[in-house]
Amino acid sequence: MANLFASAGSASSVSGPPSGGDYAADSIFRGLAWLSAFLIIALTGYILWEILREAFPAMQAYGLGFITGTTWNVNTGQFGVLPEIWGTLYSSLLALFLGGIFGIAIAIFLTQDFLDHRVATVFRTIIEMLAAIPSVVFGLWGIFVLIPLLKPGAEWLHSQFGWFPLFSTDLAGPGMAPAALVLAIMILPTVAAISVDAFRRIPYKVKEAAYGMGTTRWEAILKVMLPTASSGLLAALVLGFGRALGETMALAMLIGNANQISLSLFSPANTLASLLASTFPEAGQLEVQALMYAALVLLVITFIVNVLGLAVQQYTIRKFEGKK
Amino acid sequence: MNAAAESTFVADPYAAVGEVVIDCQVNKIFYGDFLAVRDSLVPIEKHKITGFIGPSGCGKSTVLRSLNRMNDLIQVFRFEGSVMYHGQDVYGPKVDPVLVRRYIGMVFQQPNPFSMSIYDNVAFGLRLNRFKGDLDERVQKALQRAALWNEVKDKLKNSGLSLSGGQQQRLCIARAIATEPDVLLMDEPCSALDPIATRQVEELMLDLKKNYTLALVTHNMQQATRVADTTAFFSVDISHGGRTGYLVEMGPTAQIFEAPREQLTKDYISGQFS
Repeated sequence: MANLFASAGSASSVSGPPSGGDYAADSIFRGLAWLSAFLIIALTGYILWEILREAFPAMQAYGLGFITGTTWNVNTGQFGVLPEIWGTLYSSLLALFLGGIFGIAIAIFLTQDFLDHRVATVFRTIIEMLAAIPSVVFGLWGIFVLIPLLKPGAEWLHSQFGWFPLFSTDLAGPGMAPAALVLAIMILPTVAAISVDAFRRIPYKVKEAAYGMGTTRWEAILKVMLPTASSGLLAALVLGFGRALGETMALAMLIGNANQISLSLFSPANTLASLLASTFPEAGQLEVQALMYAALVLLVITFIVNVLGLAVQQYTIRKFEGKK
Repeated sequence: MNAAAESTFVADPYAAVGEVVIDCQVNKIFYGDFLAVRDSLVPIEKHKITGFIGPSGCGKSTVLRSLNRMNDLIQVFRFEGSVMYHGQDVYGPKVDPVLVRRYIGMVFQQPNPFSMSIYDNVAFGLRLNRFKGDLDERVQKALQRAALWNEVKDKLKNSGLSLSGGQQQRLCIARAIATEPDVLLMDEPCSALDPIATRQVEELMLDLKKNYTLALVTHNMQQATRVADTTAFFSVDISHGGRTGYLVEMGPTAQIFEAPREQLTKDYISGQFS
C-alpha cells in the first residue's frame, strides 16, 4: 500500500507505514481465524448429518412414538426412550440441584474474604482436581463405597417414609440416588470454577458500595453479590447441567440400566447416554439405527437446554446490568 | 520550612464555631507498616460542608474513609486516635462498623450502582433498615432531592447500570440519602462527571446541607470554594522517605483561600504544586 503521508512529519520523525510483512501476517492470521471458525461449524454439521443419516431409517419406522414409547425390546422390534429421557432429565436435575447449591456455596466461601488468599487458592486447586478424576473411577467409587454407604439410610427412609414418592422403593444396589450424587460431585468443579470467576469479576467498588450502605457480610453477599454475579452463575449452572446430561460412564455403572419411570430416588433407572454406552457393543443393525435416533434425541435435549440457558442469561443481563 | 520542622509540624487546631457532629482526632493511620497519615484534628460541624483538599497522597481520602470505618475493608489498615460521634468513639471496642455506616453514609469517586433496577437501588437502604412506611414515596423523594426524578420516573424498573455516568452518580447519592443518614461522606464525587453533572451535584450538596452534615474530598479547588463552608488542607511529608500525610491548616473556606496562615497552603492554592 502506498504511503500517502510520506511528506508529513519533520526530518527526524520516525513515523512510517507498516511493512509488507506486517500486512501479510495480518492477512494470514485473519485467514486462519476464519478457517478455524468454519471448521468448527463444519465439524458440528458433519456429526449431526451422520447421526441423522444413520438414524433416518429408525425415524421413519418409529416416528414420534419413539419418544413416547416405554419399552426397548430388540426381539419384538419395539423401541421407545421415554424412560431414558425421564432418567436423563431427573438425574441431571437432581445433580444440578445438589451440585449447584454446593458449587455456588463453595464459590462464595472462596471469594468473599472467608479465607486467606493463599488458602483459597489451595482449596480451589483441590476442587478443580476433582474434574481430572476419570469417570470410570467415579463409577467404581460409587459401586464400592457410595452404594454400601447409602444402603442403611435408604432402608430406613423407605421403611419410615415409604408413602412419600421419593422413597417409595428400596435401594437394591445401583439406582438413581448414587447416580445423581456422583453426577453432582462430577459437575461440582465446573459449577464452582465458573461461579468463582463470576464473583471475581465483580468490581471492588460494588463491594465498597454494599458495605458503605451498612450491610453485614451476609447482606452484602445475598443482596448485592449474588444478583451482580447472577448471569455468570447461570452460565455455570447451564454448563454443569449440560455436563450432567451427557455424562456416560459413571452413570452406566451406577444407575442400574432399568427401563422404568419412577420418582423414587432408590429405584434403578436409565439415561440416554448410558443406554447408548451399554447397548452399542452388542447391537444389531436395527438396534444401531434406534440407538442413533436416541443419540439424536439426546442432542436435541442438550441443544434446547443450552438455548434456554442462554435466553435466561440474556434476560438477567438485561434486567440486572441494563445492557442491550 | 526545613525538613526537621516539617516532620514535627502539627496544625493549629481549628476552633469549631457550630455544633461538632464528628470530632476526628487522628494520631496515626497505618496501612501495614506504612504510616499514611499523622497528627490531624478534623472537627466536622453540623449542617455544614467540610471540604478536604490537598495534593495526591496527602491522606485526605484516608481520613474521610476513617470516619465511617470504610477502611476496615482493608485488612492491614490500623487507626490510632479517636472519632467521636454522638458521645461514642467510632473505633471503640463495642462499636459495630456496620452500625456506623448506617448513620454515616458514603458516596464514592466512581459511580457504583448495584446491578438491580433504579427503584431497587434507591430502596436498598430502606429495605436494609426494615423501613415499614411508604417505600414508593421515600424512593421518589430521594430521587427528587438527587435531581434525578424527572429523568427516570418513567423507567424505574430499568437497571441502574443503564444510566449515564452522571445519572449513575446521582442515583448513588439518592441511594445514600434515601434513609436520611445523619452524615454524608463524599469522596471526590464529581471526578468522573462532566461540568454540567458536576454543577448539578454541587447544587444538590448545598441543598442537602440544610438537613444533613457533609464532608467532601475534592481535587478541585474551585469546587471547594463553591460549596465548602470549612476547608481542611492536607499535605504530604516526604522528608523521611515515606509519604505521610498530615493536616496543614483548617479554617473557614474564605480564610483558607484568601488569607492562609501557612506558607504551604499559600503555595498550594496559588497553584505552585499539586
